[in-house]
Amino acid sequence: MTSNLEPRASIVWHHRYAKFVAACTVVLIAAGGLVTSTDSGLSVPDWPTTYGLNMFAFPLSKMVGGVRYEHSHRLIASSVGFLTIILAIWTWRIETRRWVRWLGVACLGAVVLQGVLGGITVLFFLPPAVSTGHAALAQLFFCLTLTLAVVTSQTWRDAESPVDDPSLRRLTAATTAAIYVQILLGATMRHTGSGLAIPDFPLSFGHLLPPSWNPHIAIHFAHRVGAGVVTLLVLATAARIWRRHSCRPGLKRTVTALVAFVVVQIALGAFVIWSGRDVLINTAHVVNGALVLGTSLVLSLRVFRGLSAFHGATVPGVRGSAGSACSAASAAAEARS
Amino acid sequence: MSRLYRVLAAVVVCAAVAACGSDSSKSGKPSSPAAAPDAKKVDEKTASTITGKVVFEGTPPQAPVISTASDPACTQANKGDLKSERIVVDDGGLENVFVYIKDGLGNKYIFDTPTEPVKLEQTGCHYVPHVLGVRTTQPLEIVNNDNTMHNIHGMPESNREFNFGQMVAGLKNTVTFTTPEVLIPFKCDVHAWMNAYIGVVDHPYFAVSANGGKFELRTVPPGTYTIEAVHEKLGRQTQAITLGEKDKKEITFTFKAQG
Repeated sequence: MTSNLEPRASIVWHHRYAKFVAACTVVLIAAGGLVTSTDSGLSVPDWPTTYGLNMFAFPLSKMVGGVRYEHSHRLIASSVGFLTIILAIWTWRIETRRWVRWLGVACLGAVVLQGVLGGITVLFFLPPAVSTGHAALAQLFFCLTLTLAVVTSQTWRDAESPVDDPSLRRLTAATTAAIYVQILLGATMRHTGSGLAIPDFPLSFGHLLPPSWNPHIAIHFAHRVGAGVVTLLVLATAARIWRRHSCRPGLKRTVTALVAFVVVQIALGAFVIWSGRDVLINTAHVVNGALVLGTSLVLSLRVFRGLSAFHGATVPGVRGSAGSACSAASAAAEARS
Repeated sequence: MSRLYRVLAAVVVCAAVAACGSDSSKSGKPSSPAAAPDAKKVDEKTASTITGKVVFEGTPPQAPVISTASDPACTQANKGDLKSERIVVDDGGLENVFVYIKDGLGNKYIFDTPTEPVKLEQTGCHYVPHVLGVRTTQPLEIVNNDNTMHNIHGMPESNREFNFGQMVAGLKNTVTFTTPEVLIPFKCDVHAWMNAYIGVVDHPYFAVSANGGKFELRTVPPGTYTIEAVHEKLGRQTQAITLGEKDKKEITFTFKAQG
């Protein structure tokens, strides 16, 4: 039975391990993005075997062409699945908070379901609905592992009250939800072959609005509108934090990272069009999209928990995140951590 | 309650049998009309011949050289001179166009289905031939002649989609199609440049333009027909033609270069 007197070192290592799993999930998303960008999803026609062989026994010499991407994705996915099993068991054993223990179980359930969805989409020749679901669940799994990494930090445990700004809480929650919807639109666009349905940017066929419509153009245009909505929400969040919570450097740093990721994301989206869906740019757009979502999620959690900084919490792309708080209590919590 | 379980078990077993029992050769909805009771074989003595040419109008694009760098075995097999077969023009004629009788035969004739397989080979990491025709239910044998692996991914709309692997040289698989469909794209997802197109028809009157875009349809019974020419990139064209007994008629299809 675990207790609050659990050795501190194991808690710290468990938190570090959760961060490691979240980071590996980003690598897995990158590998999945490469599979779609190179159109290699069916280069291995069977599942769970690979050309009739146990996937772990598949010879490296046969990793050619599209197989290199698809089989690598499967191997990385299996590794992340294995890491998640350990994470779930470790969390269950060490964690005293019931909901956090179940969060570990949810991570495991998500990764298992994700593997099955990946298999189904191969066996049924990549139906857009299943492939989009696979992409959507990938981001959800990333959010789960990231949340586990955040809530297992010592500063999360030590924090006592949320930021006294209900509007900011609503704004960060809405921003995170909007980013997730935007990622779903992007996944739908990729898996329905609508990535170049509108071939120019920033205009659409030389106009502000597409002069003609079909489902591919509609999906593509919805993704562009979504980008505008997300950008506005992120800027509104940043403005509110910079103006009303300037004494919380942790929040400022996270929202600055979020703004930077959004700027990069818009640039990558433009270059996806201008390059005619270059494989690396396309994949970078997928990965950076996950970082936008992850950063917004961490920001939301911080705002809801009331921390100006999560000591050691994962903020994608941001090193370290200690900062001062407005209240003496928060400052004291930071001092303890 | 136990009866309910038995019914459920029966349903599951029937579904499993149906699922396992169906393969690419047995699926798909038959679209060709069944032969009429008085249907007969074509009288070759009165049959006619259609010859023709598919003309390419404009400047033919340079066939791009395909990079095979993602698989050393393909590079070794081609020594860097593998070119796209998407648009092949010879002496002003467009090759790799599938030409066939689309309409007009009705259900008046009976045609024996050949049992010998048509071959689609993977040689030097490209499909040979690039376009071919096959009869409904006739075996299509797909062979891997390469020192590397391929997957064969057929993407029909009316027949059943399939995808299987051939990991080593010498492997053969056979597929059949039950429903006429022109054209069915084939691709190899391992080597993204590998494409082939299969025309499936329920009669023997089809050809693929070659040797300067020429084609020939032999032993066609007298009648009025719609002839269709289909190219993987340049689209479809149709022409009507009327044949008398022992006729010899020529037709020309013209495909224009796309900007």
